[in-house]
Amino acid sequence: MIHRYKLGGLNLVLDVCSGSVHLVDDVAYDIIGLYEERNRADILSAMREKYAGVSAEEIAECYDQVEALRQAGKLFAPDTFEPMADTLKRKSGNTVKALCLHVAHTCNLNCSYCFASQGKYHGDRALMPFAVGKQAFDFLIENSAGRRNLEVDFFGGEPLMNFGVVKELVAYARAREKECGKNFRFTLTTNGMLIDDDVIDFANREMSNVVLSLDGRKEIHDRFRVDYAGNGSWERIVPKFQKLVEARGHKNYYMRGTFTHANPDFLEDIKQMLDLGFTELSMEPVVCAPGDPSALTEADLPVVMEQYEKLAELMLARHREGRPFTFYHYMIDLSGGPCIYKRISGCGSGTEYMAVTPWGDLYPCHQFVGDEAFKLGNVWDGVTAPEVREEFASCNVYAKPECRDCWARLYCSGGCAANAYHATGSVRGVYEAGCELFRKRMECAIMLEAAKRLDPEDY
Amino acid sequence: MKHIKTLETRNLCESAKNGGCGECQTSCQSACKTSCGIANQQCENAEKESK
Repeated sequence: MIHRYKLGGLNLVLDVCSGSVHLVDDVAYDIIGLYEERNRADILSAMREKYAGVSAEEIAECYDQVEALRQAGKLFAPDTFEPMADTLKRKSGNTVKALCLHVAHTCNLNCSYCFASQGKYHGDRALMPFAVGKQAFDFLIENSAGRRNLEVDFFGGEPLMNFGVVKELVAYARAREKECGKNFRFTLTTNGMLIDDDVIDFANREMSNVVLSLDGRKEIHDRFRVDYAGNGSWERIVPKFQKLVEARGHKNYYMRGTFTHANPDFLEDIKQMLDLGFTELSMEPVVCAPGDPSALTEADLPVVMEQYEKLAELMLARHREGRPFTFYHYMIDLSGGPCIYKRISGCGSGTEYMAVTPWGDLYPCHQFVGDEAFKLGNVWDGVTAPEVREEFASCNVYAKPECRDCWARLYCSGGCAANAYHATGSVRGVYEAGCELFRKRMECAIMLEAAKRLDPEDY
Repeated sequence: MKHIKTLETRNLCESAKNGGCGECQTSCQSACKTSCGIANQQCENAEKESK
């Protein structure tokens, strides 16, 4: 399968199954488009008619280049991966390598668009006691078999409302990681309200990554991200974020925004983040029930698509000016990215990745927390509902009929199980609106990567 | 004349040989938390095939 598209003044052809990316001229673009439908003579004839200014020899040479790439397995490569679809998960057994620790099911902000219902996940407010967190680490170490790199995200709600326990848990994990042959990578996801010098020092020392929630423009941010008195949080958190990021050096962080029906023109919010001095950025479409006032509508989609293209243009321009910035969804490593097993295995929720509630219950991921039907077990007894784990284990890119004809399937691995469930009622479903946005992001990301590799004189 | 410029990319078929070590990041952990993509992840396989 191939995917051809034109973007940013470039003609791109992706060969889905080999992973090859080709930059082509107009003649090659058309030949590749016709290659599987018509024979050589017909194609050459059609090209001679369309491109009167190109010699017959040139056109034939171009056809031969396409043919050579096909023979080299870099165009029209067949999909031979289906038998491997469950290999990674089977090989992994029941290995767990990442936990999302919900250290606080409560929040000091009251954002109406929150997928976690203001941090409560449709349940009671609670803070995770140290003993529960400690048991979660023991569970992870015991169930991570031969995996060295283990990820733990301190999540909420607002995790800094339970900062003392976060510090104790990190100390516990650091004390155990050497003897266990593990390498913990911690992430803190915070709304910023409680950041102070102590948090900055701790986060920049211990956290591999920090995710900072900021929606961009003040009026956009303050529309949803308000405290319980209804006051916007932008002015209180921005200076804290700036101080943390400045002190962070080269360690990873993301300014993570959410865009909604109120700001489908989210590029303006990205520009605001840049103006504030942030360069590692992420903007996510809101996750909420259809019909919610903040939900993106059909009419928003063309705007969002255009924003993604304009964002790619801005990134390229800034790259060429020597002022680059990162957009999480346009990060793509064409030469060193994931292997084929990873690309077809699905996201790992419910198998290698689980979320832990303040009470120690296990769920397939943070987005399923609070939905009892998806409860996997708890950190003391492990997985006590193997049928739920099995449902997620069988979730891979070949388990979804809609993915078979999609050129982007090896870039998304079948998509988000939670989005699929909320859109269709099944974790094996497909959230089509999300897919559309994902495909656009991949087109932009690959175009950007291709453009960066062009010689400066080709600009 | 060259009509096609092929970018250097990881050969996915070749990656089947030594792939599947499982050391890479879990998909949406540590970042977006609301959508899944694996294209932006780094391979952490110490025995990755040579290019």
